[in-house]
Amino acid sequence: MTDANKWVIEDKVKNKFLVNRNTFISDEILKLEKQLIFDKVWVYVGHESEIPNPHDYVTRKVAGRSVIFTRDQKGKIHVLLNTCTHRGALVCREEKGNSKTFLCCYHAWSFKNDGELIGVPHADAYGENFDRKSLNMIDARSGSYKGFVFVNFANNAESLEDYLGAAKEYLDLVADQCAEGMEVISGTHKFCIRANWKLLGENSIDGYHIPHNHSTYIDFLGEDEQIDVSGGIAGQAFVLGNGHVVKEYKAPWGRPVAKWSPVWGEEAKGEIEEIIKELESRYDAEKVHRMTQNNRNLWIFPNLIINDIMSLTIRTFDPVAPDFMDVTAWAMGPKNEPANLRERRLDNFLSFIGPGGFANPDDIESLEVCQIGFNTYPYVEYQDISRGMGKSQFNIDDEEQMRGFWRKWNELMTVEESKVKINS
Amino acid sequence: MTITREQIEDFLYMEAALLDEGRLNEWAQLLTQDATYQIPSTDIPDGDPTNSLFLVADNRFRLDARVKRLQKEYCHVEFPRSRTGRHISNVRIVEQTEDSILVNANFVIYRMRYEKMDTFVGKYEHRFVLENDQLKIKDRKSILALESLRPQSKVSIII
Repeated sequence: MTDANKWVIEDKVKNKFLVNRNTFISDEILKLEKQLIFDKVWVYVGHESEIPNPHDYVTRKVAGRSVIFTRDQKGKIHVLLNTCTHRGALVCREEKGNSKTFLCCYHAWSFKNDGELIGVPHADAYGENFDRKSLNMIDARSGSYKGFVFVNFANNAESLEDYLGAAKEYLDLVADQCAEGMEVISGTHKFCIRANWKLLGENSIDGYHIPHNHSTYIDFLGEDEQIDVSGGIAGQAFVLGNGHVVKEYKAPWGRPVAKWSPVWGEEAKGEIEEIIKELESRYDAEKVHRMTQNNRNLWIFPNLIINDIMSLTIRTFDPVAPDFMDVTAWAMGPKNEPANLRERRLDNFLSFIGPGGFANPDDIESLEVCQIGFNTYPYVEYQDISRGMGKSQFNIDDEEQMRGFWRKWNELMTVEESKVKINS
Repeated sequence: MTITREQIEDFLYMEAALLDEGRLNEWAQLLTQDATYQIPSTDIPDGDPTNSLFLVADNRFRLDARVKRLQKEYCHVEFPRSRTGRHISNVRIVEQTEDSILVNANFVIYRMRYEKMDTFVGKYEHRFVLENDQLKIKDRKSILALESLRPQSKVSIII
């Protein structure tokens, strides 16, 4: 059952693409994913705007590991592994704050916010060979692209920019929406899904499920918000390399960045024209059109989703068990956004997105019942992800974008190293 | 307005029963025509929905749309419907003025689905008013005491 060659089967002649369902239920495969994916590639930590000032910090888990995402006196960003190098306790237990140092609750060891060990009570008992430097907190290798901060635990990956590659063009379409930069808005959606982590990535870039799975949201747009939904939702999906994938498309809903919706009234039209004019002073018309009129769901491998849809959300998801993921999601908007536009952005967010929205709960339901359905394994052994195979261009309701993820996943998971471990 | 705690308790128990029984149209009548329904995100219990991300921040328009959606066959997350059991206690009238009453109460809501049970714990901060001589909720705020929706995953039922 753990024959790596059977995890992903691609037959380009018969246009068949199958993924073995054991990849969603096996403890052994999850262990390998942590080792061969989450410990190897760049993983999203947070956005610089969450810690704007020197000594600001937030704590969170990244790929299951507790970290302190902080900024030192000089403004340099650090991602410290949140564990006392003495006996293991979390050295910071607050969700966020501003502090130059962190004091361990257990034996009062203290560390500067760049990780340096600065306080050891009664240090004389350690003798003269006590090597303080070896007991600094681990400051993991981090990198930032336009404010999006990632960490590489292995410390040996390619540069962050090389890793993001063609995905940068799509990150730019989000990050460049404001000349002063974008910011994470206060209020965090911390939730979970009783399903394998990969299912949420697939779901986020899946255009095929929208008409049925989200029909009640489409009803809301048409019947309640009086939006013309006859144009439907249409566009293309792209594989960007390194496992990153995206879909870019037109949809009937309004977009706070600058696509008008009748719900906002005639008076909003002028405000939206102003935003477009400002963007056109900085970028060519095509980029501004894509930025404002097109929607995009971007999956940065392995666990960052940026949905720039009827509002803008960043979402990360960490496996806790094969059948359980933690999800953390934020809203994002332009820095110094006028209060009425910020309110509109947040209002539009809640109509679709999040654990209380009119759409995401139906996604959660679907992923959770997929996971339950996997209990039929191995009598039903494979997922069929072959939709749209053999075409030269892919629509958002094809499944090429999932295949783009799975090809990279399979490449990382089937290196010689892993085969040895499975056979041993 | 002179309303007793007993009247408020009777109201809250009836409201809980309507929600547990899935009688959402009748439940919606307990709120005023300009009602709000809010659940702050778990990390900002004191947040303001105009500048912070909430889990739910409905005006009456979206509340009506929510009630309509929750009764549709293609509202997959609640079709089939989850079972719920609501318990309300610690009811206090914290402010009473000429035209409104602010009530705090604690709640525990159990939700059962696919043989998993999730518990929602928190505090209500509701503002009551009289609308056509009927006691109704004008602002309905459910503040979760939870640190996160783990393992509750979603707030698709009315909390």
